[in-house]
Amino acid sequence: MEFIDYYKILGISKTATETEVKAAYRKLARKYHPDLNPGNKDAESKFKEINEANEVLGNLENRKKYDKYGKDWKHGEEYEKANRQQQQQRTSNKTSQSGFSNEEYTDFFESMFGGDRSSNNQGRSTKFKGQDYNAELNLDLKDVYTTQTQILTVNGAKIRLTIPAGVENGQVIRIKGKGGLGSNGGPNGDLFIQFNVNNLTQFKREGNNLHQYVDLDLYTSILGGEITVDTFNGKVKLQIKPETKNESKAKLKGKGFPVYKQEGQFGDMIITYHITMPTNLSEKEKELFVELQKISAK
Amino acid sequence: MKTEPLISTQILCSQYNIEISFVDALNKMGLIHIEVIEQNQFVREDQISNIEKIIRLHTELNLNLEGIDIVFNLLEKEQALRNELNILKNKLRLYEHD
Repeated sequence: MEFIDYYKILGISKTATETEVKAAYRKLARKYHPDLNPGNKDAESKFKEINEANEVLGNLENRKKYDKYGKDWKHGEEYEKANRQQQQQRTSNKTSQSGFSNEEYTDFFESMFGGDRSSNNQGRSTKFKGQDYNAELNLDLKDVYTTQTQILTVNGAKIRLTIPAGVENGQVIRIKGKGGLGSNGGPNGDLFIQFNVNNLTQFKREGNNLHQYVDLDLYTSILGGEITVDTFNGKVKLQIKPETKNESKAKLKGKGFPVYKQEGQFGDMIITYHITMPTNLSEKEKELFVELQKISAK
Repeated sequence: MKTEPLISTQILCSQYNIEISFVDALNKMGLIHIEVIEQNQFVREDQISNIEKIIRLHTELNLNLEGIDIVFNLLEKEQALRNELNILKNKLRLYEHD
């Protein structure tokens, strides 16, 4: 096991007092608390670290063991346990003689000095919802064109996830109760899945609409004609009007992307024509263009 | 007919081990909304996640209710900005050359 320097995590020295440990923990907890940093995995893991550090350094007994045994402080427990048992046996006679048990001592000091046990919330059995989990799912644009089912394994449990067609890049969905286990009988946390939709197609997606550039030769753009264009679900024939301008657009209604959770509804496909100029003209072609030029100049 | 599940504030207090005065204070602060039906107080189910968050911030970070209110407002703004950023990123991708 790798050594974790809890002092370093809390940013305190080894001589820090109990108050300083508490203050350092509070300061960092306020910075990295998951409720204050939703969706931030770095903050989440940092919060776990500082919580762990506080559990060790915030407890005098644990801190002593940590200082004594370092990374193996937990294994030193058996030794400590045996040691404690011996001490308890020795001191039990003394306390019974003085008439106070350990608990009575605490209560006695609290009544004398106004200690408030409830303020540190110890002993409360508040039911808390389990931790929310965040996950990312990488999908291709083609994958989200149709509704599909995927089996995810979260903490050993298999979850059947239905991904509705038309899910957006960066969209987050919540699966209730599939996060961490609740404490003290509280409900389980939720699982948040963010979809990262990679687009490897020739189409650009904007909401439910798809955009694509289509090359059009000069002759078709001038005289009109018929071309075939790709859509997400096959090729379609498209009539080109005569004298179609460069960068002009055409809309193919209902040939875009499915609308999220609206079955049977689709966006549009927006086509932008990109007129290509003929190259490597033959002598005959040049002659004809010259003739055209003369005609148009008249 | 669509029904809105309501949870009695008494059950809420016993489940989360909180005082009714705490729930009243949250209501006064506007952090939650209590509905009164036939002299009984209820909260809507969709408020539970916020209530849990409030309890955590209050007990784990010792934030008072004013502080929690500020945190919620800032988180709301942050979420709105995050959504806007996401939309803009997607739009920008549209105009970026491959």
